[in-house]
Formats: sequence, structure tokens, C-alpha cells
Amino acid sequence: MTNISLNIGSESHHEPPTNWKTYFTFSTDHKVIGIQYLVTSFMFFLVGGIFAMILRGELITPESDLVDRTFYNGMFTMHGTVMLFLWTFPSLVGLANYLVPIMIGARDMAFPRLNAAAFWMVPVVGILLMSSFFVPGGPAQAGWWAYPPVSTQNPTGNLINGQVLWLLAVAISGVSSIMGAVNFVTTIVKMRAPGMGFFRMPLFVWAVFSAQIIQLFGLPALTAGAVMLLLDITVGTAFFDPTQGGNPVMFQHYFWFYSHPAVYVIILPIFGIFSEIFPVYARKPFFGYKVVAVSSMLIAMVSAIVWVHHMYVSGTPGWMRLLFMVTTMFVSVPTGIKVFAWVATIWGGKIRLTTPMLFALGALIMFVFAGITGIMLSSVPVDVHVNNTYFVVGHFHYVLYGTVTMGMYAAIYHWFPKMTGRMFNEGWGKVHFWLAFIGTNLNFLPMHPLGLQGMLRRVASYAPEYTFWNVLASLGSFLLGMSTLPFIFNILISWMQGEKAPANPWRAIGLEWLISSPPPVENFEEIPIIINGPYGYGQSEPLTANLENQAIKTAE
Amino acid sequence: MNIRLIFNLFLLMIGGFVITITSIFIGKQAYFWLPPQAAAESHLIDDLFSFLVTIGAFIFLGVTAVILYSVLFHRANNYDFSDGPHIEGNITLEVIWTAIPIMLVLWIASYSYEVYEQMGIQGPSHLLHLHNPIHIQAAFAEATETPAATEIEIETENEPIELEKINVIAKQWAWVFQYPETGISSTELHLPSDRRVHLALQSEDVLHGFYIPAFRLKQDIVPGKTIDFEFTPIRPGKYSLTDSQYSGTYFATMQADVVVETPEEYHTWLETAATQTPSPAKNQAATEYAQNHNEKIQTGWETVKPAAPPIVNFSG
Ligand code: HEM
Ligand SMILES: [Cu+2]
Ligand SMILES: [Cu+2]
Repeated sequence: MTNISLNIGSESHHEPPTNWKTYFTFSTDHKVIGIQYLVTSFMFFLVGGIFAMILRGELITPESDLVDRTFYNGMFTMHGTVMLFLWTFPSLVGLANYLVPIMIGARDMAFPRLNAAAFWMVPVVGILLMSSFFVPGGPAQAGWWAYPPVSTQNPTGNLINGQVLWLLAVAISGVSSIMGAVNFVTTIVKMRAPGMGFFRMPLFVWAVFSAQIIQLFGLPALTAGAVMLLLDITVGTAFFDPTQGGNPVMFQHYFWFYSHPAVYVIILPIFGIFSEIFPVYARKPFFGYKVVAVSSMLIAMVSAIVWVHHMYVSGTPGWMRLLFMVTTMFVSVPTGIKVFAWVATIWGGKIRLTTPMLFALGALIMFVFAGITGIMLSSVPVDVHVNNTYFVVGHFHYVLYGTVTMGMYAAIYHWFPKMTGRMFNEGWGKVHFWLAFIGTNLNFLPMHPLGLQGMLRRVASYAPEYTFWNVLASLGSFLLGMSTLPFIFNILISWMQGEKAPANPWRAIGLEWLISSPPPVENFEEIPIIINGPYGYGQSEPLTANLENQAIKTAE
Repeated sequence: MNIRLIFNLFLLMIGGFVITITSIFIGKQAYFWLPPQAAAESHLIDDLFSFLVTIGAFIFLGVTAVILYSVLFHRANNYDFSDGPHIEGNITLEVIWTAIPIMLVLWIASYSYEVYEQMGIQGPSHLLHLHNPIHIQAAFAEATETPAATEIEIETENEPIELEKINVIAKQWAWVFQYPETGISSTELHLPSDRRVHLALQSEDVLHGFYIPAFRLKQDIVPGKTIDFEFTPIRPGKYSLTDSQYSGTYFATMQADVVVETPEEYHTWLETAATQTPSPAKNQAATEYAQNHNEKIQTGWETVKPAAPPIVNFSG
């Protein structure tokens, strides 16, 4: 096992960073970078949330009366972009950055400098996007998927406009993701501790591995599409311009060839989080470990051949609609296997409803709901009716808020003691959970009846008969906005003066729980030798041959 | 021990029964969540949707019931720090659990396939010059067999079905409908009921989407292409047509009325419209662009100028 990570910065070895200023420097410690990602992305989560609140504020009445139409369009474009490119992707990468090296028994990522460079592109993306509010004509207004010809229309005539800045930001974010993906894949393949075969890796590592492989094959397509669009806007090529023989539908293929698999880049790590959390708080081994590990890979593979389901009613011929319907539906098989495994893991356990467990269970239930509406959407005839309506907005927010964001919260609470060396306040954690759970459902459930009745997405004004459900959704969104307050206070106060955390507060099994909280700079003084699988609850076998095994001695 | 097993099985059966009945009930409710069924295709789609809701409800209730049961009855008490039973897997169960979703998926896919074929809505027929290998049949012929549509057009049964042909033109931000046989144009879409209509969809600028919720039908309109679209309106009344593909600043205003009327009324309308001289229709995007706005927050950002209000014989 070669250890490529020689550059650990200047701090004394084996001591976690004690000075908060470390977090503002170009550190190459994967744990510092992980926290940099997490904190930065959470800031942008709040920005995206404020944009969402403006959208819902506008939609509380049928008329367009709060903000003008151009601003509304900029808002939903920026909301979607910020939430995806500056919240979900970076926060999950941050979590993986923190956990993966520890979970596989490595001292750092394979390429620590590349890792740091990839992180520092995220604030650049953020600054580019935010600065687009100050160029003439305002930020991009073509939605987060930027379909031409709308995205190539440039009413101000300026070369520096919102759409161009947007494309640059997306391209930089893509480069950052590719750098991250190369690093993760190399780290997982090359740097596992002795004894850690693939089938001894924690399921979170499996999930991250599968997700990052998607990045490698998908991102080049998006980047190609973005560059061609940029050329169309700036130098007047006509790849997508129908008046000069271009084809706007081709852009959709480039875009969705990446952006559909991208939803698995987001959701797979969340599946991994579920798989880490349920065994701990149900105190049972993971049910069907191998099948679930392999199903992540299977999802990654099938995800490459389903993208056209976003384009059923676009310029897509009938046979192709039906073909992609079948492949899309097949994604539900490995996914269904996972859901079954989680439920079986919980079943008959000794369950503790701590904050992370509540978030994980809430997220699982909302994910099941999202999966069911997802199957409906994959059916061509149903999609013909509800495509581009609020039904879709409801569906993907159950995924992106109900599952991904709630799952992220579960992860942050679960690993908070490890990351900070402090315990958080359970009571406030539960308040946070209930506000978020009720808020999410109140916000996004009403979107389904709205969509079924025909209310379109991306409208700033709507017919008066849709008012009732919109008022409910808007109230839900304000509740959801408020739900972040107990989280912020809890995290800030606990981080500064919470109770000191022991190495393993949840009595969990896993390498990260064998080292102190927070972990020392190089994670392990001695590289662990793995002699067992990761979820031996109810067994008293040790996990490693050479480290202290307090985590495993629980079955007495 | 035995009594306990019997009791558990009994409980499971009751639970399964309650969940099944509830799912069937929810599946029936699905029809009420949707707009009126104004086209023959909407019956097909709604039945499929109701079926999916029933299955979905069953899965959702089943999974949540199991989770809730565990959470309520398998909580560790405060001083119990022991582990749960060490069960790592169960091959039979896992095989069953893989087989069930595969069967379900095949069932849902084949039902959806069948419905889509019956709808026969046309749509873009080739991609990159590949020709359509699946023969798509028209919903109209099938629809005559379903009870809801039995009254439809007995007389056409023996004749070749005669389609009403209408051109639909979308632009930022207006709809124009042209009736090539009479040469008139309108900003209100008039359709005869119980007749299959054939639309030729065209866009003058960006992507737009042709969508009538009461018909459950939608098709993107790609500039530079003419896309065929067919369906059968069956219920007289006034509905709305919206743009379903985001088309820029005034996207939300791009609406038109759809009037479905008996073939006689439809022909009378065509004749009266033909007598009118073409004049500019009213157009919300153009009006808003010219007007002072009433929003609280105004940015004054430049927008694409709306196309001039269409000149038509009839504006709704
Ligand atoms: C406070 C919580 C949230 C609220 C109230 C909210 C609200 C909305 C609304 C109303 C829209 C549709 C805008 C329109 O069609 O006019 C929208 C779009 C979207 N949202 Fe959210 N959202 C929230 C959280 C999130 C989160 C957490 C994510 C991702 C992790 C997300 C991702 C998106 C995306 C990708 C779109 C599509 C944007 C587009 O259509 O261009 N949202 N959101
Ligand atoms: Cu997709
Ligand atoms: Cu339009």
C-alpha cells in the first residue's frame, strides 16, 4: 500500500486543527477540505433557500405582483442552479471527502493538492453566479437546464451577460467535479487498508465509488454541450440554432446524458448514509450487504441509458419514448432492493430514535413516496400529461429536499461529534427534524394535485383555481425556511461549547469510530489491518487486528 | 409459541387486507384529482394513472406500516444497550424481493406501452433520419370500443376516418390557429367533438409546448420542424391551452382558449369566422411589455420583445 499523501501542511502531526483560521487557508488535509465544502455549501443552501422563498412569495397569489417576470425567471434559474451545483454536489463531496479516507483506513486522499484545488473552485463558481445579478439584463433566465434557443436569446446584446457567466460557472463546476472524481476513484481503488477487500468496504464508500464513476463518464457530455452553447452565444456558431441548420434538441441530449445520471451522483451517497445509519441505531448487521453494494454499481450502469425520459414529449419519436421507458423503469429494481434491505435492517432491531435516526427514517419514507411518483413519471402516457407541471416539481423536491437534504442533515448530526469533538443538543435536533419534516410535506405535497390539474412549472402567474394548494405550499416553504434556524444555532453553539464527544458516542462499528474525535491529522498512527466486514452488530468479532477495538466489544 | 405464530399470521393478514382495500380506494380517488376528461385519450391515461396510484399506494402504505411498526414496538428501552439479533441476510427472501419488482416493472411497462399505442398521438416521427419502426395505431379506432365513447361517430365506421386538419403556430408569446380548408385564422382553438383532429405544430422562434390539461396531451414544438399531433376531443366545453415548455420572459401568459363543440356548431363557427376581416388580436405579453408594471420589485431588465399581436379573423 503506497501512501501518496505526504503533504499534510505545517501543523504538528497528529493534532487536529485547533485554529478556525485553518479553514480559510489552502489546506490539503482531507478533513479540513471536507469541512470547507460542508460549510461553504450550507451558506449557498441558505442563499438558494432565500431565492425559493421569493418564488413561493410570488406564487402565494395568482397574479404576478411581487417581482417582475424577468426577476422571477432569474430567481428560479438561480435557485435550481445554486441548489444543485452549490449545495447538493459540494455538500456530498464534502462529506465524502471527510469520511472516505478514514473509512478505508487511509491517511488522506490520493491527490491532496488536487483535492484542495477542486474545493477552491466552488467559491469561484458561487462568486461568478452571484455577480451575474449585477450585469445588465441580470442573471441567466433560461432555467437550470438552459435549453436553447431561449438561452441563446440575448436581449441586451452585451457579450458579458448572465447566461455567459452562468455557463462559465457550470463549466468550472464540472472541472472541479472531474478533479474530485479522479481523486475519489483513485483513492478508493488504491489506498484501502490491508485486509479491506471490496466486500469489506462500508456501503457509504461503495455508494461514493459508484457515484464518482458516473461523474467520469457523464461530465464530458455536459461540458461539450455547455461549450457548444457558449460558442453559439458568444461567437455565433449555430450548433443549436434552428434558423441556421442547428438542432436545439441535440443540446437536450448532451445535457441529459449527464444530468440524469447526475441525480444518482446525488442520491447514491444518500443511500450510503442510510446504510451507515440504520445498522447503528437499530443495532443490527446490515441486511443483504453484498446485494446492496452491487446494486449501487448496477444503478450507476443503468443510469447511463435512461436520459431520454426527460425528453419524452420533446422531439423524440414514439419508439424511442417506449424504449427509454423500459430502461428507466428498470432502475427501480436495484433501488427497490435497497429499500427492502433498509427496512429489513430496521425490522426486529433495538431502535433508538436519535436525531440522525429520525432524519434518516423521515428521509426514507419521503424517498419511497418520491420513488412511486418517479415510476408514474417514467410511464410515457402519464408523463405526457404531467411533464413540466408541478407534479414534476413535487416529485423532484421529494427527492432533493425530502431525501437528499434530510439525508444530509442525518449525516451531519451523525458525524458531528466525530468532526468537531463536541456533542450537539438532541432536543433542538428533534425540533429541527419535526419542523423540517412537516414543512417539507406541507410545501411539496400540494404540488402534486397542482400538477395533475395542469399547473405548469416556471410560471410567475397562474389561473385563480390553483390558489388553494399554492397558499398551502407557500406556507410550507416559510416553515421550511424557519426550520433551518434551530439547526444553525444548534451547530454553532454546540461547536463552540458543546459537551466533549468520546471517540464513539453511538457505539458504532467502523474505522472512523476507532480514532479520537476529532481525528488526528493523519487519521491513523498505525494503518489498520482489517479482518472483518463493517457491520458486525450482535457479533463480538473485532474489526481490525491492530487497533483498539472498543467499538466491537458491545455484545457482552 | 404456536398461538403466537397464528396470532402474528392473523395480524399480517388483517394488515394486508386493510392496506389492499385502502389502496384500491385511493386508486379510485385518483380520477378526482384530474381535470374533466375532454378527449378520448384522457380515459386511457386516467385508467393507467389510477392503476399506478393503486399499486403505489399499496407499496407506500406497506413500507411505512412496517417502518412504523418497528419504530413503535421495537424501541430499545433506556438501559438496554445490547444488540439486536444478528441476521445478515436471507437468500429466499432476497430472491423474492428481486423478483417482485421485476414482475411489477414488466407489468407497468407493458400496460403503459399498450396505452401509448392506443393513443396514437403521432409526434415527431424520426430522429436523425431514422424511420419509425413501431406501427402506431390511432386511438380513435380503439376508442369506439370503449363504453365511454360508444356513441362516437357510428357513420364513420365504414368510411376512412376523415381528419380535421389545423395548423398551430407558436411564437413568443402567442398562439395562432389556421384552418387551411377555409383559409381562416384564429387565436381561439375551435375543435369539433368526436372527430379525430390532426394538428401540424410549428414554432417561429424557440421551443414551446402544446398542452391541454383537460385532454392530458402535450407535445413540445421544435422550431424549424413541423410536428404532427393527433387526438379526439369528446366533450363539448371550453378548456385552456397552455405553453408547457418554458419559452422566456412572458411564458406564463402564453395561453389560449380551446372550444370543443358539435360538428354542426363547429362548421357554423368556421363560416362566420370566414366573413370577418382580419384584425390584431389582443395579446397579454404585448400589453404587459408596453405598460407600466404593477409589481412591487422591478428590475427593468431588458427582455426579448414580444412578437406583434397576431392578425386573425377571430380572436376569442
Ligand atoms: C425551502 C425549500 C424549497 C422551496 C420552497 C423550493 C421551491 C421551488 C419552486 C417553487 C420551484 C419552481 C420554480 C418555478 O417553476 O417557477 C423550484 C425549482 C427547483 N428547485 Fe426548489 N425549493 C426548495 C428547495 C430545493 C432544494 C433543497 C433543492 C435541491 C437540493 C431544490 C432544487 C430545485 C430545482 C433543481 C428546481 C428547478 C429549477 C428550474 O426549473 O429551473 N429546491 N423550487
Ligand atoms: Cu432522469
Ligand atoms: Cu411558448
